[in-house]
Amino acid sequence: MENHLAVECRRVKKHFGEGETRIEVLRGVDFEARFGELSFLVGPSGCGKTTLISVVAGLLERTAGELGILGRPMDELNGTDRVLFRRKNVGFLFQQYNLLPALTAAENVAVPLLAAGEARKQAVPRAKELLARLGLGHRTGALPKELSGGQQQRVALARALVHEPRLVVCDEPTAALDSANGEAVMELLAKSAVHPDRAVIVVTHDTRVFHFAHSIAHMDDGRIGEVTRPNGAAHAPVHIQEVAA
Amino acid sequence: MNFIALRMLTGDRAKYFGLVFAIAFCTFLLENQTSIFTNVLKRTASQILDVTDAEVWVMDPKTEYWEQTKALKDTDLTRVRSVPGVLWAVRLFKGNPVAKTLDGKFAASFLIGLDDATLAGAPRKMLMGSWERLREPDSVVVDKAGYILLYPGEPLELGRTLEMNDHRVTIVGISDASAPFVSLPVMHARYSEAVNFLGRERTQLSFVIARPAKGTSPEALTRRIQERTGLRARTTNEFMWDCIRYYLKNTGIPINFGITIGVALVVGTVVAGQTFYLFTLENLRQFGALKAIGVTNGRLIGMILLQAGTAASLGFALGTAMAATFFEITLNVIATRGFVLMWQNVALTGACILFVAIVASVLSIRRVLVLEPATVFRG
Repeated sequence: MENHLAVECRRVKKHFGEGETRIEVLRGVDFEARFGELSFLVGPSGCGKTTLISVVAGLLERTAGELGILGRPMDELNGTDRVLFRRKNVGFLFQQYNLLPALTAAENVAVPLLAAGEARKQAVPRAKELLARLGLGHRTGALPKELSGGQQQRVALARALVHEPRLVVCDEPTAALDSANGEAVMELLAKSAVHPDRAVIVVTHDTRVFHFAHSIAHMDDGRIGEVTRPNGAAHAPVHIQEVAA
Repeated sequence: MNFIALRMLTGDRAKYFGLVFAIAFCTFLLENQTSIFTNVLKRTASQILDVTDAEVWVMDPKTEYWEQTKALKDTDLTRVRSVPGVLWAVRLFKGNPVAKTLDGKFAASFLIGLDDATLAGAPRKMLMGSWERLREPDSVVVDKAGYILLYPGEPLELGRTLEMNDHRVTIVGISDASAPFVSLPVMHARYSEAVNFLGRERTQLSFVIARPAKGTSPEALTRRIQERTGLRARTTNEFMWDCIRYYLKNTGIPINFGITIGVALVVGTVVAGQTFYLFTLENLRQFGALKAIGVTNGRLIGMILLQAGTAASLGFALGTAMAATFFEITLNVIATRGFVLMWQNVALTGACILFVAIVASVLSIRRVLVLEPATVFRG
């Protein structure tokens, strides 16, 4: 595996069901995500984007093929190791935010730290600090229902980043937002998540935010078609040499 | 993560209170019904338990319970007294005369005849008058509930006259005798008078009550009396259980209460268990998000158990408080006097609630364990 690649999929296959109900969702996917880049995964509904990021994030088992994440072949990890690997190295940004409604914004952000065993006394102040950096310093004590959609997605972004993961997986992060909020969230994602030692994969339909991408993998019918690297990316990709350094 | 589990539990107040009150209601129903059941059964032996002086009861070999007596011969008292290990033995009469007030109200009653010399076997608690006044001619002591039954709405008063089988008797005391199984007045008189109040028969000795000498246990004494006299001898505790077993075996009480308790258990289990299970199902997406973030299955199991344990403990405490309040309120009502919340019933209900919590937790844990964390990606 090349050391500038955070994610490397080779001929990855995934099917659900057996016999007559068997559905081939991934039909031999080759996909790469580089450190320091925003890698977009686009395609029509049902083409397998969500399944692919679920496999990449270690949430689903693949049926066949090779998968390396952050330089480690996934075959090396058993069930528990995979959970611990995910907890340490992967951040998630969901379409529906998936914030815990009973927790305040700061407590929601602190969840990955608490899951890793950090004490609440240390975790919550760290979460507040990050929320302040993302412009939500005045809303740290608010419950999710007291926040707008854009604010909730920013809280979810903070939760995805608080434990400094090396891979961030975003599923339609702008789908539930209007164009202004969608643009703002992507801007924030590009500024705060892109880091020389981190890869960000974004699944989206939203063509309005394609200009943030460093690479766009077009997926259709369970396969990656072409991969384009738009010249007008809003943020220049970090060079591989920088990562290596 | 414990605080997250508790916040998830209490976050939605309506669901949280619904869950706690479902468990509280189940607890109340179980403790209430099982306690009433045990207290009703205990009443079948009230007059046995009221006799605190004696520890051994001697009766006809065919006698099975308190209500059913076949008279012993007068010589049987002497035979019992002659058994080694008997400190003392006295006779006790039990009959069911009809007592009439002067204004014509009447009620069948329990009349207990106490040994003339010692008055052994009298209940200890007197509300008015004294046991010693039973030595006066044609006198009885009536229990408070019986007095109220015969003189409804009138104040407790000594010196009133009752007619009993053509005998005029005077109330010289009002006792707080334990409530019998059926709501009849409980009257005490001297043995020699009681047998006259009921009408002379050839033999009238219902029981011989005895106390073992120092160094002899009641159990050993009952065995010895049975061997030497051929009569049936039981300790107070054994005789109480004989009565309870008789009613359990020969009446519809256990079936009636059993159905109620069974329904309470099933309804409680279904309502409380299903409420908790639904609570977990409604939070599956949150559990899925936690799984995706990297919370281990072990930690999730701990969170669910904490939620179930907290809801069960609070519901159980609240339900027990409700049951205790119920029995506190009804303790002094004539019909339910003496009914108390017994610790055994609380423990039994606690075990049932624990069972419900475990079943609901296992079902919930199963759902969370098989949950694919990837489901959180679905919009």
